[in-house]
Amino acid sequence: MANIMYWEAIQRAHDEEMTNDPLVICMGEDIGVAGGTYKATKGLFDKFGPERVIDTPISENGYTGVGIGASFIGIRPIIEIMSVNFAWLAMDQIFNSAAKVRYMSGGQLEAPVVIRSPGGTAHQLGAQHSARMENVFMGIAGLRVVTPSTPKQAYGLLKAAVRCNDPVFIYEHELMYNMKGDVPDAEFFHPLEGSEVVRSGKDLTLFGYNISVHWSLQAADILSKNHGIEAEVVDLFSLSPLDRAGIAASVSKTHRAVIVEESEAPVGVGSEVMAIINEECFFDLDAAPVRVSSANVPQPYNHTLEKATIPGPDDVVNAVVKMMGKA
Amino acid sequence: MNAADKKRLLHEMLYARRFEERCYEAYVERKIGGFLHLYPGQEACCHGVLEAARAGEDHVITGYRDHVHAIKCGADPKEVMAELYGKETGSSKGRGGSMHIFDVKHHFYGGYALVGGPFPLAAGLAKGIKMKGGDEIAICFLGDAANNQGTFHEALNISALWELPVLFVCENNLYGIGTRIDRSTAVTDQYKRVCGYDIPAVQADGQDIEVVFKAAQKAIKHVRSGKGPYFLELMTYRYRGHSMSDSNAYRSKDEEADWSKRDPILILKNRLIKAGDLTEAAYKKLDKKIIDEIENEVIKFAEESPEPVVEELEKYVLAENDPYVHGGPN
Repeated sequence: MANIMYWEAIQRAHDEEMTNDPLVICMGEDIGVAGGTYKATKGLFDKFGPERVIDTPISENGYTGVGIGASFIGIRPIIEIMSVNFAWLAMDQIFNSAAKVRYMSGGQLEAPVVIRSPGGTAHQLGAQHSARMENVFMGIAGLRVVTPSTPKQAYGLLKAAVRCNDPVFIYEHELMYNMKGDVPDAEFFHPLEGSEVVRSGKDLTLFGYNISVHWSLQAADILSKNHGIEAEVVDLFSLSPLDRAGIAASVSKTHRAVIVEESEAPVGVGSEVMAIINEECFFDLDAAPVRVSSANVPQPYNHTLEKATIPGPDDVVNAVVKMMGKA
Repeated sequence: MNAADKKRLLHEMLYARRFEERCYEAYVERKIGGFLHLYPGQEACCHGVLEAARAGEDHVITGYRDHVHAIKCGADPKEVMAELYGKETGSSKGRGGSMHIFDVKHHFYGGYALVGGPFPLAAGLAKGIKMKGGDEIAICFLGDAANNQGTFHEALNISALWELPVLFVCENNLYGIGTRIDRSTAVTDQYKRVCGYDIPAVQADGQDIEVVFKAAQKAIKHVRSGKGPYFLELMTYRYRGHSMSDSNAYRSKDEEADWSKRDPILILKNRLIKAGDLTEAAYKKLDKKIIDEIENEVIKFAEESPEPVVEELEKYVLAENDPYVHGGPN
C-alpha cells in the first residue's frame, strides 16, 4: 500500500495501461514535454515517446475527434482536456460522435475512448475557468461518467475506463490533485458503476461525489460530535449511470437524504438523485430531501464572493440540523 | 483505365443514380422517413476516387450524403435500402437511417450529420493506421460548405503536423444547403484555403470520372507513400436539393441545364460509344437491367424485412456485459 497523491495515482494508471497495451495513447494540451498541467502524465513522454504521448494544439474539438476516430480502429486514447470549461468546445465530438456511434451504427462501431478533465472551483479563476459540468455529461446516453473522490478511485477508475469498450468521461477536480491517499500496490480495476458507503450511519444519508464526499465526511464528524446525529455518507463515483439501487438502499435505511454537490442546483446531480428517491423509495422518507448546492451564478472572481458561491461542510451541517428539527 | 473498367464504372454509376432515384420515389411514398440527401450528379467523385483507392480496405468516412460511398466500399445495396426503410436488416439495424449508414466490415465508418464532424474523425483513423503500421489510408469525403467549420482547420493542422495518411476529398457542389458558395465563403476555390497548412491541394473536374481517377491516383500515391495528407477538390453539382425538404428554388434553370450537359454518366457513356465499346441499345438494356434489379431485389428485400422490436430499444447504447464495468474479469 502506497500513500500517494491523486495525480500520482492517475499517472500510475497511465503508465501501467500504456505498458500493458501498445495501442493505449494519451493526448492533450501540454501533457507531453511539459508533463501535464496537473502532472497526471509526468514522465510518460520520456518513457513512451511522442507518438503515444501527444502534445496537441489548442483545438479541443479537433483533437478530441482525432482520439475518437483513432478509437474506431482499436486505439485506446486517454484524452486530457485541461479544464472542463474547454470541454464545451469538444462537446460536438463527445456528444455527437463518441456517445452515439455504437447506437447509430447498430452496434457495428464503438468508441472506447477515455476523456479526463478537471472541473470545480479552484482559487479565483473566474467565470470561464471554474465551471462544474457533470450535469451536462451525465445526461448523455452512450457516455459513462465517473468521478474519483480519492487517489485509489482515481487510479482504479482510469484503469477500468481504459479497458472498457464504452466512451468514459472522468470528471476530476483541480483542488484534489495533491490530495493524498492509500492506493494498493497490486493492480486493480475499480467498478465503473455503483456507489460506495464510505461512512455508515442511521439518521440520514449524505450523498456526495468527488470533492463533496469530503465535505460530507467532515460534516458527518461535526454532526456526530456536536449534535449526536449519525450520518451515512454515500460516494456516487458513477454519475452515469447513477446507482439507483444503492441510493434507494441507503435512503430506505436512514429515511432522510441530503445531496451535496459543488455544482449549481438546476438540472444537476441533486435533482436527479431526488428524482430517483421519489421513484424508488418515496414512502420510506421521513422528511423531504434537500440539496446543498452552489449558487446559480457565473463564478465571481472576488475571493469573498467566490467563497459565498460554493458550499462547504458548514452548509451541510446547517442543512442537516434544520432537517432533523434541531436548529 | 481500360474499356472493361470504364464499362464497369458506367454500370456502377448508373446503378448509384437509379438507386438514389428509387430512394426519392420511396420517400415520396413515405416508405423512407427523416431527411434524405441524394447524390445524383456527383457520382464521378465517389466512384473515381474509390476506384483509385483500395475500396473495402482503405478507411472511408463521410457526411450524410452517404449511400453511394457505402455501396462503393462494398456495402450491400439491399442493406442500405433496408436501413432507409428503418428495418432490422438495415446496415445499422434501423437505428441510423439515411444519414448514418455504416459498414465497418468494409471499412466504411459512416455517415455523420453534423457538417464538418468527420474531419477530425478521419484524422483519427489515419493516426490509428499509422500507429498500427498498416499501409491503408483514411479518406474523408465532405462538401465545400463543411470547410467553413472549425473542424476543417483543426483537422488540417493536426494532419499536417503529425503527417497523417489522410486524403481529404472536397466535393464542391457549389451550395451549402441552399446558399451559393460565393455568398457563404470568402474564397470559393477550396484548394486555395489549404495552402496555409502546407498540404498539397489540387482542384479537378469532378464530372469526368477519368479526370477524377487520375487526380485521385496521384493524391493516393502521395498519401500512401507516407508523405502526409492531401486535399483534392472536385468541382461537381447535385441535381436534387440539399435534402428532400429543399424547394431547390435558389438555383436557376439555366444553371441546372448547363450542368446536366456535363453529367458524369453521360460523359462516360458518350466516350464509350464514340470509342466503339458501347452501343445505345446496350446502354438501354443495362439501364433496364439495373432498374429491374433494384426493384426486384433491393426494394423487395427492404419491403419484406422485419421491423426492429421495441424490446431492443436500449440495445447498442452501451457495450453488453463489459467486465470492466464491474471491476474487471476477476
